[in-house]
Amino acid sequence: MKTDELISMLGTNVERVDRQKVVRTLAAAILVGLAAAFCVMLFVLGVRTDLPKASAATYLPLKLVFTVATLVLTSIALIKLARPGGERRTPVALVAIPFVVIMLLAGLTLASVPSTHWDQMIVGDNWLECLLSIPLIAIAPFALIIWAVRQAAPTDLVRTGALAGLVAGSVSAAAYALHCTDDSLPFIVLWYGGTIAACTLAGATLGPRLLRW
Amino acid sequence: MATIEAELRDLMVAGLDGDSAAHRTLLAQLSRRLRAYYKVRLERIGRSPAEAEDLVQEALLAIHIQRHTYTLSEPFTPWVYAIARYKLIDHLRRTRAQMTDASLEEAGELLAEDDHIASESAYDLRRLLGQLPAKMRQAIQCVKIDGLSVAEAANRCRVSEAAIKVNVHRGLKRLAAAIAREKETHEDG
Repeated sequence: MKTDELISMLGTNVERVDRQKVVRTLAAAILVGLAAAFCVMLFVLGVRTDLPKASAATYLPLKLVFTVATLVLTSIALIKLARPGGERRTPVALVAIPFVVIMLLAGLTLASVPSTHWDQMIVGDNWLECLLSIPLIAIAPFALIIWAVRQAAPTDLVRTGALAGLVAGSVSAAAYALHCTDDSLPFIVLWYGGTIAACTLAGATLGPRLLRW
Repeated sequence: MATIEAELRDLMVAGLDGDSAAHRTLLAQLSRRLRAYYKVRLERIGRSPAEAEDLVQEALLAIHIQRHTYTLSEPFTPWVYAIARYKLIDHLRRTRAQMTDASLEEAGELLAEDDHIASESAYDLRRLLGQLPAKMRQAIQCVKIDGLSVAEAANRCRVSEAAIKVNVHRGLKRLAAAIAREKETHEDG
């Protein structure tokens, strides 16, 4: 085929392009993923039973602020990163901010209590459930997000895959936070942060295979 | 360099608004720069410059299919360069070669040279189109090759205008995928 032939074909009857498509598709995928994760939490795990208690009222908002802040920041970064050349203009390191903040807070909490309490604060009551639930709930949102990212034609597949995993992990953690009754900051850092990091790693590993175009 | 960027960007923006002539001029201009870019890169790693034309066409197809991913607030050249470079790396990976050289370049280099000596790629458009599902092939044939308007094509194929648009877009994507597949089987065989 001659290149001129191709150009004349591509340049015939050129359609107007919807410029908001990438942002809209990605935002929709993340929101639908969040709704799916919320449904799993609601119907499979159930909302935490101690909601009326004072401790829940203090710590639940804190967990939600952390997970939602992570979700919002990473989503914005993903929308920037997912397009060709996005890696040139996306300061990906910024998504670490919520993690750094909560790690500092967790460190302060640990320092302010006797070390005999540390075990309970770090291991909590349901670490195993948390460890399994967040990655499992993240699967459906991850699939949706990958589908949407593919339409944006990313050119740095490892980093974009990692960020897609991070967003899916944050979506899952935000939903799971409404079920989980472990409220200590060190617990959140270790088990929420750890599982979100695992999702990120999985995304980075799968990215080159799933996002290739 | 700045004027080329501005000129190409204006053409791109007009094309995004549905200006066929501007889009065609853009692709023609880009094809010359892509050709020079690929020839140099391929030669540098000891590959045949004949592969350049394949890459030029793949990159043009990708630029067309992915044009909705260009953000107006961003400069145009880095966007094109990212696609050009991605296609080069993908090409080298699919044809199993070292890709050590395809990095660390400035986007500006893409505009530095210009090569208008077009040759033919190894792809046969007719045969590739023949691999597409009938409705996509028909839609591309009517709208993109015979130059019928979307309304006329819809009338001829007895489907809605929306269906024609969707089939053209999906068909071009399939075409790009068919090219990528062909490359792999070609090398494996």
